[in-house]
Amino acid sequence: METIILFAPLVGALVGGFGWRVIGEKPAQYLTTGLLFLAAILSWIVFLTFDGTTEHVTILRWIESGSLSVDWGIRVDRLTTIMLIVVNTVSALVHLYSLGYMAHDENFGDDEPYRARFFAYLSLFTFTMLMLVTSDNLIQMFFGWEGVGLASYLLIGFYIKKPSAGAASMKAFIVNRVGDFGFILGMAGLFLLTDSVRFDDVFAAGPMLADTSLHFLWTEWNAANLLAFLLFVGAMGKSAQLFLHTWLPDAMEGPTPVSALIHAATMVTAGVFLVCRMSPIFEYAPQTQMFVIYIGATTAFFAATVGLVQNDIKRVIAYSTCSQLGYMFVAAGAGAYGPAMFHLLTHAFFKAMLFLGAGSVITAMHHEQDMRNYGNLRKKIPFTFWMMIIGTLAITGVGIPLTHFGFAGFLSKDAIVESAYASGVGYAFWMLVIAALFTSFYSWRLIFMTFFGKARGDHHAHDHAHESPLVMLVPIGTLSLGAIFGGMIWYNSFFGDHDKFTEFFALPHHAEVEMAEGHGEGSGEAAADTHAVAADTVAETATDTHGEEATHGMAPQGAIFLAADNTVLDDAHHAPTWVKVSPFIAMVLGFLIALWFYIWKPETPAKLAKSQPVAYQFLLNKWYFDELYNAIFVRPVLALGRFLWKRGDEGTIDGGINGLALGIVPFFTRLAGRAQSGFIFTYAFSMVLGIVILVTWMSIGGGAH
Amino acid sequence: MDNVLSIVTFLPTMAALVLALILRGEDAVAQLNAKRVALLATVVTFVISLFILFGFDADNTGFQMVEEADWIMGLKYKMGVDGISVLFVMLTTALMPLVIWSAWDVKTRVKEYMIAFLLLETLMLGVFCALDLMLFYLFFEAGLIPMFLIIGIWGGKNRIYAAFKFFLYTFLGSVLMLVAMVAMYIDAGTTDIVQLMAHDFSSETIQVLGFNIIGGFQTLAFLAFFASFAVKMPMWPVHTWLPDAHVQAPTAGSVVLAAILLKMGGYGFLRFSLPMFPVASANLADFIMVLSVIAIVYASLVALVQSDMKKLIAYSSVAHMGYVTAGIFTFNQQGLDGAIFQMISHGFVSGALFLCVGVIYDRMHTREIDAFGGLVNKMPAYALVFMFFTMANIGLPGTSGFIGEFLTILGMFQANTWIALVAASGVIFSACYALWLYRRVVLGDLIKESLKTIKDMTPREKWIFAPLVAMTLLLGVYPALVLDLIGPSVTALLDNYHAALPMMADVATH
Repeated sequence: METIILFAPLVGALVGGFGWRVIGEKPAQYLTTGLLFLAAILSWIVFLTFDGTTEHVTILRWIESGSLSVDWGIRVDRLTTIMLIVVNTVSALVHLYSLGYMAHDENFGDDEPYRARFFAYLSLFTFTMLMLVTSDNLIQMFFGWEGVGLASYLLIGFYIKKPSAGAASMKAFIVNRVGDFGFILGMAGLFLLTDSVRFDDVFAAGPMLADTSLHFLWTEWNAANLLAFLLFVGAMGKSAQLFLHTWLPDAMEGPTPVSALIHAATMVTAGVFLVCRMSPIFEYAPQTQMFVIYIGATTAFFAATVGLVQNDIKRVIAYSTCSQLGYMFVAAGAGAYGPAMFHLLTHAFFKAMLFLGAGSVITAMHHEQDMRNYGNLRKKIPFTFWMMIIGTLAITGVGIPLTHFGFAGFLSKDAIVESAYASGVGYAFWMLVIAALFTSFYSWRLIFMTFFGKARGDHHAHDHAHESPLVMLVPIGTLSLGAIFGGMIWYNSFFGDHDKFTEFFALPHHAEVEMAEGHGEGSGEAAADTHAVAADTVAETATDTHGEEATHGMAPQGAIFLAADNTVLDDAHHAPTWVKVSPFIAMVLGFLIALWFYIWKPETPAKLAKSQPVAYQFLLNKWYFDELYNAIFVRPVLALGRFLWKRGDEGTIDGGINGLALGIVPFFTRLAGRAQSGFIFTYAFSMVLGIVILVTWMSIGGGAH
Repeated sequence: MDNVLSIVTFLPTMAALVLALILRGEDAVAQLNAKRVALLATVVTFVISLFILFGFDADNTGFQMVEEADWIMGLKYKMGVDGISVLFVMLTTALMPLVIWSAWDVKTRVKEYMIAFLLLETLMLGVFCALDLMLFYLFFEAGLIPMFLIIGIWGGKNRIYAAFKFFLYTFLGSVLMLVAMVAMYIDAGTTDIVQLMAHDFSSETIQVLGFNIIGGFQTLAFLAFFASFAVKMPMWPVHTWLPDAHVQAPTAGSVVLAAILLKMGGYGFLRFSLPMFPVASANLADFIMVLSVIAIVYASLVALVQSDMKKLIAYSSVAHMGYVTAGIFTFNQQGLDGAIFQMISHGFVSGALFLCVGVIYDRMHTREIDAFGGLVNKMPAYALVFMFFTMANIGLPGTSGFIGEFLTILGMFQANTWIALVAASGVIFSACYALWLYRRVVLGDLIKESLKTIKDMTPREKWIFAPLVAMTLLLGVYPALVLDLIGPSVTALLDNYHAALPMMADVATH
């Protein structure tokens, strides 16, 4: 079944890419969409029937070189099944939506077949994303990692005639490659120390890595910290975290369904998935975990500030995505993998929904994306309006405080904020709370500017604004179910209930972990003492089995790994009440300010921007990251290239060697006679001469012996 | 077939002789016949070479299908293949039919053109099969002549300058190699490569002109070979002949140059430097790895600012060859496997990229990047093929380009993390120059008047690319095809190398 899930999108991609010439463009679109729905349904079956036992399927040999041995294979555990439903559900719905959205695109002429190609790319993306999440080893994961990069590149640049699309797609690929550079080095380091890149072997080596130092560049590092850091650099690129985030807003050049699928729900969450997947390493890398928390928290705050002032509807949502990913990283860095994956899941639903809703607005407004030209659209496109409201309620985290009753974002975001508090990093906690306020503000700002107030901009566009076709509305409606109920359904499994959490992720029971841990680190007696009374026999067997396994290098049981000292989830449950209600208060404040700015006193934003021009420009220009990178990377590199070429190659090297060679040889050539053919002659002559001398030597001397 | 290697090696020459002696006239019929004979000969050569591949026993790490005979003037004729060379033989025989077919539209001196390529094929195959030092040298050096002629006669405007530059660089390197070969013969008393590999060349420190040469004879001989192989690779800083040669060479010439001729340097390191001069190899490994990673970064940066498509791809070749040399001198399985894989992969990928340039050069007669733009609108099939090989060139996993690059980086990381770090930065740079090239040539709206009537690829062109695409994908998804063949031979090579080191070091200290 997993194999069908994995390869159905690949078949779809081939049909969309090549088969449409045979079966026609329309059937190709329906077929790819159908295959994705098949994959989605099977994914749900796998998810719901999964019993916790990690499953391995080997497909084909891949790379074998010395002790390196990697197969194409599938690993099914809880993390995989979560990602399967996220990827395939959103992908199937986006395929369906695209049937409507891409039906008539003014970027292409009537005679240009682009629709099947679009579906081929979407399916290709889905296939590579599935390769990423189902992988059983790091290299195959990297295949998916770069594969989604390729698909993202192709889809961002889908409007091939637009220069801005070409630039954005290139930027996305290159910035991601900066991250991949770290990923590659991380893999190389793990292979050096563990002699394997298979997850099971690498995971088993966690304790060993924690005690190993690795000489990297100029000094010794703790292996676990260093390697986790290098892998995290990859995650920063893919998940658009601070410093490597600049590609994500530009990626909005792609068609809107692409933004929903790739740049909101799935690909950009791959970094979070990576950290959770590699939890057996990260748990032993406390400094890197701290780094993850700080980067995540700062990104959440930074992106939210930029989102406050953007006017392009898609860019607002893009920065919002960037910010929400920061939330997930804070959780993952704090060791709260459950909440991280929880938010990944709920975010996929409500953010995909917001994007698809934005797409519906954009279609209604004839491809106008500037919110300053929207206004008062709620009557024109009521269904989209209500869906956007649901999405906004979900992302801002509306629910009843201190209960588990609320929209999806309410439960997952609060779980993260509580985990951040429990992690003890006050900075992260406060950044996330402030970001929650901003999130609420910019989300409601989007709603108010789009659907309320007076109609602005082109009257013609407003007069002809109409609701999207059913094929586009159904996917939004379906996603809204996830946005409303997703949080409440899975709250206990991901975060709320200790036993359910343990069962959901198939973790060993706590006593066993501590036994195995204690034994592995050579302090088994201490651990045994504490539990001796409680579970005499259990502890005995646990020590025997798990202790043995730990020393023999068995991978920890379950989909994620929690070190013995990782109590962040329990601590989060015991967070003070003011912590638990703080995101709610921030959300209400954000809503009120947005209401004040855009409904009660609509002239306030302009006044504020005028009175604080520096701050406003700073935010509007996204903290000037693009300008900065241009100045310190792009231009110097090009200048260096030109310098090396003109001065290095043409000046020094050619000047030197040619001067020498072209000075001497013509001299000989002239000796030998005519200019050009003479040269060949010289050459042949000298070669023959050399051989003659050698042969003579051999014949006369018979060698040295 | 006991002498299958000789048959494969000299069959193209036979065809060349047939063309030279029998075919007369310059009319269209004669031209077509010349091309047909050449194509037929290369295809038959390829088919026969399959017997080598399928008859080859990968677990046997010695030389196989060995032929030995006395030759003129006391020289020996000895041929044979091991797990390393057999792949280069296959690469050559597989690519040559495509090269000939890609030259179908050449109009001037077709017969001679075909003869040049057929002779070149013999000489290249000879290099990879020769098991005698002098035989190797003959093939190695003689191969320069047809290539020199291909650039000098059928090349572009500056062909004379480029041909000479190509010639001088490679030739000057080889002179030193010849001297070293003589010295090796004197020392070992044989020119048999198999025996030379088993021979212990002295690594005792010697004094030359008052300088202490650590590693003695081995170091000197190593450096002499290095002079030749480094130019062939080409390594920084003796790479500047390559961009000029590529720019001026006709498309088919560029393909052979990039895909096969460049591999001779890497092959030479594996066949001579490592097994025969292990001490010198170990001593100079850091030096060579540093040169290699300089090449990766330097060539990538220079590629970034090129305005000529062929130059850009030529510099990209220099960068990719940096992975090869760095990988070889890591002295570990992943590094060497990766280096060999990278060479094979680069053969298909760079060959295809030069063919890609050829496709639009044939239509517009310019290689200036600025002369193009928006080709995707008129040439969708071309855009797809070019995209595919661009991605293979930047080492996207799933293509053959990834395997070699990744394995060499794994190898380098074990040897020296600085080297690995700088080499890995190449994955960023390669994406920069390759994607930027693609964007400028293929993407965007088609605005330029001159391009309005440009036609997509012909069926012939598509069929030339088809096997290259297939191989690039196949090797990327199932690299065992190559790794299974080279693995045992590389292991044996490394075992011998490591076995030789402590013993040699002992000798050196006494």
